[in-house]
Amino acid sequence: MFTLLVFHLVLGVAVIAAGRRLGRSGFALAGLAPLATVVWALTQTDEVLDGEARVETFSWVGGLNIAIDLRLDAFALLMVALVSGVGLLICIYALGYFQPHGPGDVVKDNVGRLAGMMTLFAGAMLGVVLSDHLIALFIFWELTSITSYLLIGNDDINPRARAAALQAILITGMGGLVLLAGLIIIGQSAGTYLLSELILDPPTGAIVNTGLIFVLIGAFTKSAQAPFSSWLPGAMVAPTPVSAYLHSATMVKAGVYLVARLAPMFALSGNWRLVVLTVGSATMLIGGLRALRQHDLKLLLAYGTVSQLGFMMLLFGTGDDHIAQAGVVLLLAHAAFKAALFMVVGMVDHQVGTRDIRKLHGFGVSWRPALVAGVVGAASMAGVPPLFGFISKEKALEGYVDHGDFVGSTVILVVIVVASILTFAYSARFVLGLFGAFAEPEADDLSHVARAPSFGFVAPALLLTVVSLGVGIAPVLVDRLVKASTVALHPAAEPKHLHLWAGFTSAFMLSLVVIGAGTLLTLLRGQVSTAQRSASHALRFIPTSEQAFNFLLRAVGFTARRVTGFLQNGSLPIYVSVILMVATGVPLVAFAGAWSGFGDVVETPAHVVLVAMIMAAALGASIVRRRIAAALMLAAVGYAMAGFYVSQGAPDLALTQFAIETLSTVLFVLVLRYLPATWTHRAPAIAAPMRIAVSMFVGVAIFVFALVASGARSDVPGPQQSEAMVENSLTKGKGRNVVNVILVDFRGWDTMGEITVLLVAAVGAVSLARSGRRSDEIGAPTFEEILDPDEPDDFVDNDGPASPLVGNESSGGIS
Amino acid sequence: MNRRGAPDRVFVLDQAIKVIYQSILVLALYFVFAGHNLPGGGFVGGLMVGAAVSLRYVSGGAEAVRTTFRAPSHVVLGCGLLLSSGTALVPVLLGGAVLEHGEIEPELPVFGKVKVVSALPFDVGVLLVVVGLVLMLFAAFGDDLPIESAESTAVVNASDNESDNAGEST
Repeated sequence: MFTLLVFHLVLGVAVIAAGRRLGRSGFALAGLAPLATVVWALTQTDEVLDGEARVETFSWVGGLNIAIDLRLDAFALLMVALVSGVGLLICIYALGYFQPHGPGDVVKDNVGRLAGMMTLFAGAMLGVVLSDHLIALFIFWELTSITSYLLIGNDDINPRARAAALQAILITGMGGLVLLAGLIIIGQSAGTYLLSELILDPPTGAIVNTGLIFVLIGAFTKSAQAPFSSWLPGAMVAPTPVSAYLHSATMVKAGVYLVARLAPMFALSGNWRLVVLTVGSATMLIGGLRALRQHDLKLLLAYGTVSQLGFMMLLFGTGDDHIAQAGVVLLLAHAAFKAALFMVVGMVDHQVGTRDIRKLHGFGVSWRPALVAGVVGAASMAGVPPLFGFISKEKALEGYVDHGDFVGSTVILVVIVVASILTFAYSARFVLGLFGAFAEPEADDLSHVARAPSFGFVAPALLLTVVSLGVGIAPVLVDRLVKASTVALHPAAEPKHLHLWAGFTSAFMLSLVVIGAGTLLTLLRGQVSTAQRSASHALRFIPTSEQAFNFLLRAVGFTARRVTGFLQNGSLPIYVSVILMVATGVPLVAFAGAWSGFGDVVETPAHVVLVAMIMAAALGASIVRRRIAAALMLAAVGYAMAGFYVSQGAPDLALTQFAIETLSTVLFVLVLRYLPATWTHRAPAIAAPMRIAVSMFVGVAIFVFALVASGARSDVPGPQQSEAMVENSLTKGKGRNVVNVILVDFRGWDTMGEITVLLVAAVGAVSLARSGRRSDEIGAPTFEEILDPDEPDDFVDNDGPASPLVGNESSGGIS
Repeated sequence: MNRRGAPDRVFVLDQAIKVIYQSILVLALYFVFAGHNLPGGGFVGGLMVGAAVSLRYVSGGAEAVRTTFRAPSHVVLGCGLLLSSGTALVPVLLGGAVLEHGEIEPELPVFGKVKVVSALPFDVGVLLVVVGLVLMLFAAFGDDLPIESAESTAVVNASDNESDNAGEST
């Protein structure tokens, strides 16, 4: 299994790397990965369907006990078959879709990249369904989000594609983070992150219930449940193979998959059922209603997918094994018909150049294979016997009728019936649209003359049609897989056989009701659409999730702009004041409590002299008018401090202080010559009294720190830190100079950090200097010009290439 | 410092600095090697070299600073960080703790018995980082000597507050 994942990764990267050269044939290469997976899955079938799970473990983050635990049980096998089976067909289909004529040309350059990215996605998706470890599952989950983002935005010069991709990753990414929090809560409460162990002993408690809500939010965003569904229709800007693969058959089922895995453990805890069933119902109904209003065939399918995903939530979320079995069937059936339908839409789009049902006038005879695929797929979606979709719908209704013994199950049953009627109606709309029932007479009649898709282009859809039809007639074909999957989800389950004809049960009656009402709705489609329009007009004050998302995005942007504008107003004096006040004021609150009075004021006479020097120099620095004089005054303060160190018997410190003062004064002067010699207070951002107040405050704060910090040492009981260091210096640090041993050994990490800071400071200073010079090159007013507009500008520009970090070969004078 | 026409070189200054420069380097080396047992250390050594470099700048301008070492200044800085972090990490590879120190005492022909502590390369790394920083600052903000002693205006620059970072970091 691990080998397969690595194979996907390597192949995907290779195809991306060779993307431009491979072009469309990248899909032929990319198809190798799903092909290998399908072959491998087939070899495992017997064993896994007998209830044995294949397990592989690779240690990953050993310290956190995170491993990539892969586990192939029957349900995972089903998902693998789905991911790789559909993936293989999509690769074949994409070869036709990206034939170099028609709208496929637009993304011609990116096709190779698309193929590689789809391989990467397939690998990530396999990882999701094979992971037994929740954290590994999360990682793969996020990888599918990222690859989905890149696939939607693959046509990177199209702003709509970029916006849709961004929306998708913002919503699913946000959900992913919430999911991570939820998974960690569950994993920590249970003491295990393995799904296979969780199901044996699921954790309970209030915190777990919170975690479950988080997990559900993650699953809802991924599976486009209300109110997070807006990204899925948006994602339809992606090329049709991507939509068919990611946004109908596989990725959007990741959320359903997770719910399916967790429902047997947690369906009865907290509000799980309430939340899942409410959200699922809302999604199923809203998706169906909106699908009924679409003119774009692809969008119709997208909203249909949203509706069907809600349906799956309703089936898997209950935690009842019989209903879950219906979910397993629906998962398969949906992949078969929805992928086929998307493929048909892609063919129409590719050959005709539009997928708007108002412009389709029906197709010529040569289109029959494609139309058969479309009609059978839609019929399966509508739940018409004897197709796969009918079996799944029947099973779902039967599950709710016979086993829906929890609160609200009747309501859910009604929702399912109503939404199924809607499903029938939009399926019919799809078919009628294909045959030109909605065509506007004045629209160009392109579809009649459009060339029929080539055989290779239609073949994948036809194959899926055969599956929909074959399994519908002989459900025994998937019986074993479905049963074993149900048992894998619910170990105690005793799943029933699948039947095409189960007798005149109440489920069958409901199916008849659905078909009857759906037909009625289709016949009355004119009135229905009028009613929908007026209803949506009446409800226009309720924001759609799309509008809510955009509003949220704008609100975030607005707040960020306001906050940034307030905090970063561009005034250096204000920045410095704020930073200083916070950096000194916050600790001052803590320190002031530890104030223990003054120590000995004067220890030796030398102190008096030194203090006098420091005070005089400091005062002088703050009142002199020339900048360089002030810098020298500051240096005098530093030298006097060094004198202090000498008088206290710390030659190391004194030495360092002297050296630093010398060097920093030189560097000060080096830089100060770029500034006017004296301070000019043209428009002080902060009035002088304010500056003085800030300075006084900082001075007082530092004064208090110094006294309290040095006094705090005596509060430490037992052998003092400094004494311990002196003792250990020679024995452990191999040196007699305690200060140096502290620097290189006891506090070696600090020194490491400090020299890293030096590096950052150096790079920062150099880039600052370079940016200052760059502004000369582009002719913008320089800093000096801003300060001294009168000064003549006969400055010689720098020349010659400079190394990235140094080298500013400007001419100028030094004294 | 500038702003006025300056003669290209001042002979006495140049010669004096040549002598002083070498002496300061020797002093810096002494500080580094003695630092483990006597006052000194890599940081002080680095500051000394930095001061020596500033003397070179005074006599020869940015060009003199640039040719102080064969390697570009950022390489000096990077090597220093590499050396220090390498010294910190080698013990881990040998199965010890980060920054664990060892010592060897080889007999050298001239010096006799010399104790070499593994803290030394760490200190040398610190020295190189400090020196690299100073070199970079001079290269960034310093100027070349005027080729002709013409009146020339200083290069405009928009920064004035990072020169003392070197002093405050350790």
